[in-house]
Amino acid sequence: MSNKITPEVVRHIGKLARIELDDQQVEMLGRQLGDILRYVDKLQALNTDGVAPMAHAVEIHNVLADDAPGQSLTADEALANAPARDNDFFMVPKVLGDS
Amino acid sequence: MSEQATEVLAIVGLEIHVELATETKMFCRCRNRFGDPPNTNVCPVCIGMPGVLPVMNSKAVEYSLKVGQALNCELPSYSKWDRKSYYYPDLPKNYQISQYDLPLCKDGYLDVPLPDGSSKRIRVLRAHLEEDAGKNIHDNPAHTGVDLNRAGVPLLEIVSQPDMNTPQEALSFAREMQRLVRWLGVSEANMQMGHMRFEPNINLHITRGGTVYKTPIVEVKNLNSFKALEGAVTHELKRQYAQWLEDPEGFSLDRKGKQNRGWDDQRNITVFQREKEEAHDYRYFPEPDLPAVVVDDAWRESIRASIGELPLARRERFIKQHQLGSKEAEAMIQDADTGNLLDDATAMGAPPRRVVNLMLGRMSAAANEKGCALGQLGVSAAQLSQLAIMLEEGKLNATAGDKIIDHMIANGGSPLEIAGKLNLLAESNTAAVEQWVDQAIAANPDPAQQVRSGDKKAKQAFGFLVGQVMRISGGKAPPSAVKELLESKLSAK
Amino acid sequence: MNNLLKLSALELKNAISRGDTTATEALEAYLHEISVQDGALRAYNEVLVDEARDQARRIDDMRKIGESPGLLAGIPIAIKNNLCTTWGRTTCSSKMLANFRAPYTATAVARIRQAGAVVLGKTNMDEFAMGSSTENSAHGASVNPWDLSRVPGGSSGGSASAVAGSLCSAALGSDTGGSIRQPAALCGIVGLKPTYGRVSRYGLVAYGSSLDQIGPMTRDVADCAAVMNVIAGHDPADATSLDRPVPDYLANLDEPIKGLRIGLPREFLSDALDPEIHRAIENAVEVYRSLGAEVKEVSLPHSRIDSGAGGELSSFAVACYYIVATAEASSNLARYDGVHYGHRTERDAADIIDLYSRSRAEGFGDEVKRRIMLGTYVLSSGYYDAYYLKALKVRRLIKNDFDEAFETCDILLCPTTPSPAFKMNEKTADPLEMYLADIYTISVNLAGVPAISIPVGLSSRNLPIGMQLIGGVFREDVVLRAARMFEKASGICRLTPPPLGRDAE
Ligand SMILES: [Mg+2]
Ligand SMILES: [Zn+2]
Repeated sequence: MSNKITPEVVRHIGKLARIELDDQQVEMLGRQLGDILRYVDKLQALNTDGVAPMAHAVEIHNVLADDAPGQSLTADEALANAPARDNDFFMVPKVLGDS
Repeated sequence: MSEQATEVLAIVGLEIHVELATETKMFCRCRNRFGDPPNTNVCPVCIGMPGVLPVMNSKAVEYSLKVGQALNCELPSYSKWDRKSYYYPDLPKNYQISQYDLPLCKDGYLDVPLPDGSSKRIRVLRAHLEEDAGKNIHDNPAHTGVDLNRAGVPLLEIVSQPDMNTPQEALSFAREMQRLVRWLGVSEANMQMGHMRFEPNINLHITRGGTVYKTPIVEVKNLNSFKALEGAVTHELKRQYAQWLEDPEGFSLDRKGKQNRGWDDQRNITVFQREKEEAHDYRYFPEPDLPAVVVDDAWRESIRASIGELPLARRERFIKQHQLGSKEAEAMIQDADTGNLLDDATAMGAPPRRVVNLMLGRMSAAANEKGCALGQLGVSAAQLSQLAIMLEEGKLNATAGDKIIDHMIANGGSPLEIAGKLNLLAESNTAAVEQWVDQAIAANPDPAQQVRSGDKKAKQAFGFLVGQVMRISGGKAPPSAVKELLESKLSAK
Repeated sequence: MNNLLKLSALELKNAISRGDTTATEALEAYLHEISVQDGALRAYNEVLVDEARDQARRIDDMRKIGESPGLLAGIPIAIKNNLCTTWGRTTCSSKMLANFRAPYTATAVARIRQAGAVVLGKTNMDEFAMGSSTENSAHGASVNPWDLSRVPGGSSGGSASAVAGSLCSAALGSDTGGSIRQPAALCGIVGLKPTYGRVSRYGLVAYGSSLDQIGPMTRDVADCAAVMNVIAGHDPADATSLDRPVPDYLANLDEPIKGLRIGLPREFLSDALDPEIHRAIENAVEVYRSLGAEVKEVSLPHSRIDSGAGGELSSFAVACYYIVATAEASSNLARYDGVHYGHRTERDAADIIDLYSRSRAEGFGDEVKRRIMLGTYVLSSGYYDAYYLKALKVRRLIKNDFDEAFETCDILLCPTTPSPAFKMNEKTADPLEMYLADIYTISVNLAGVPAISIPVGLSSRNLPIGMQLIGGVFREDVVLRAARMFEKASGICRLTPPPLGRDAE
């Protein structure tokens, strides 16, 4: 039994995740994600009323660092792995503005 | 539809991003510094390399809590970090560490002075801490360059309620916020360096014929000057009204929701921004790499104690304590240093009125010339108080005082030394003063006669003679002694 | 086979400090073995010969001038390829990072080097630690030394294969849902996942940040304790690493634990379990009883394993894990976009979105894409509450079960895996079935507690069977002592796979 996710949804998620998908992958992922989601749906059977969500494995707080400068990289070190650079900048296709 | 009375109310809310003046970035220990060569204040953490982890900057948290406290916010005991996902080349991890549902500060307000002398309370919804993005450089027409020096700089995002109703109110709120963060010493708030950026949310509530029409809310992105803020709000109000007139039913919040627009600095208008390919879905979720911030009563109390007196309270105090006019008091709270100078100098025994006159006189002029704040002229409270006391005691006249101010700014030194060096001290030798008075009377027989006769020109003539004595003495005659001598010499006869 | 290769890490260290051999000699023996055997096992992505020789020489020089070269002096250790090192490449066995050279070294790696260990190289893994068989690797699958047609488990399969196959003395792995313990069980070695926050994650390429931990993979429990002595402890660069003193795990290792209270989670010993594994676990329980341990049943209701009509297994913990881990992964892996480092498409990108989408499509393998897609889905608008938030609440329930169990028990005992090593390609077609390989290990990560897998015997097919001992938060010491106790009493220790033709060299 398979609980398919529609191709539109798969494509939308692919866009959000910035992964180009061909039609065959959309079909396959629709099927596989559907199966997995059907599986994880079993959680709905559990009553979690009033249960606090647990985002961290061990709950600690106020771990702070002093505002004291440490070591930075040189521009060459920073850009050593860059697939493309323009002088001391990382280089990308033309974009508009800042984020 | 026939002509009906139409009432238009502008509704403006403001998001203000303030870069905090910490030594280092929010989550790594690279320098937080503007203007360095590209990609030199970067490390594996702020480049978002595989395997790195953020560690929060204690100073940034403290600064944020200070602002929250100054904004009369609640500082909740539990606050956490979240990731906000979106792809952009200046955001190396493709998520921004921010705060979503549990910010450091919430539910406060700021009383904002308006130009007419009144003030308005603008509610603050929240203030949360996050990391800034880097910068995309568009110099090259063929592609974009990315500099990550700014990536990870601590950024405080303050969000107001939509409590402003005019461009002027939005501007006043923004300016008051600038003064406040400078006052607290948490940001330089330098607009040219991008330390403060504004994003106003604007729409209109238009009442006609008993019906309230709401225009779509427009958020104008990334404004980095007061002029742009005022211009953008002004233009939006006009534009939205014009568009509503064309289509009162269609141009509505219900139908169109929220839109983003940009600001065109050249043409002074807001411009439509092409929507991103898919609607924003930031997929916020709790940041697993960062523990929560827990603020207990002791911490809250120490923040409260560290705030000190805020601008508006200080203004009220100055008015009461030193009988300042409201304009004078306003000038005294342009920044914290200015008022501190007044407080420190008076604490050293200087008469407040003298200090205020010096500060708002020659010192203000000098600060204007230099383009700096009064408190940054390099004149210390000790210098100022000594000078004010010398003036009060008649050891100097006003002109000499101004000369000493100029000299102190240029070369430092104590007023007494400078007065000696420049030969500005009032003559205390009575014989010398008497000689100058006699000279003046001899040289000006007619005015002297008018004073003696006590006629209606006597008062004017007396002033003239005082001036003459001062001129002859080269400014060194103490005015009080001159007046006394003139009176005694010209009355009995 | 060189006799040096048969020594445990601690034995080798002692031999070096006695002057019976040298770090260099030991290293050369391992390098030789790798050159002969790694063609078959494919445990390594990269052997870092020059750097290893430098380090070995340094250790020998220090010894010559009488300086103490450290707790792990001269021990050749392999590290999983998701641990950053400034030498060699850190690829996560992905095309995405095929040429990535990290400008910094992971804290755990820096610590073992500081203690004198010789880093042999980077071991193969499931791409970005996503998998349970090491078949999802851009470098090709690793092999189980016990049966070359079978998987070594995963995702730390290269490390497990290298330890079991004597291609290193010990190894570091990482464990997000069982990635140290499951391959340790399948390869017949010892593997420990420490308490979350016990070992710094700085420099471990993140998969599921709230679940990931680095841990030792060794031939016996004492070696495991020795490595823990070095890697455990607070690191200011990891805000989730805990600032608590680290006990000397070796000091009390052989102390009998009188009246040790062992809990058997009822839910993990159902009929669904492979009968051979069931028997091995029962035998282990008998060993503990004979040592005077109190054994009793406990319940972890939210880690329950159900078998459906068709015999398929299911568990709340697995469901919870695949939401939490993939949600975090979708965000952790967003940074691989071809801009600052890593693979970038060579096809002409029309714009930045194109550049991202193509680079990621080309750089990631199928399983990684699948998990990013799943994680993106469960966080996306409209699904967050139903999936992600729900999973976080279930996670709390799972953790509460453990807390309750540890009120009356010192450790929990259960299988590590539902079956011994499976065949290559047996589970690759069905992602869900592969996920179930971690059915006994996953809830431990969700709860953040420590757990070890040690060998408890061999199946009729001569494949290792692993047992898992789970401790309370920070009770690695108890877990290690209990494991050591079994090792000694049962004599099941340092299982050696049949020769792979190494004698035919
Ligand atoms: Mg923001
Ligand atoms: Zn940095």
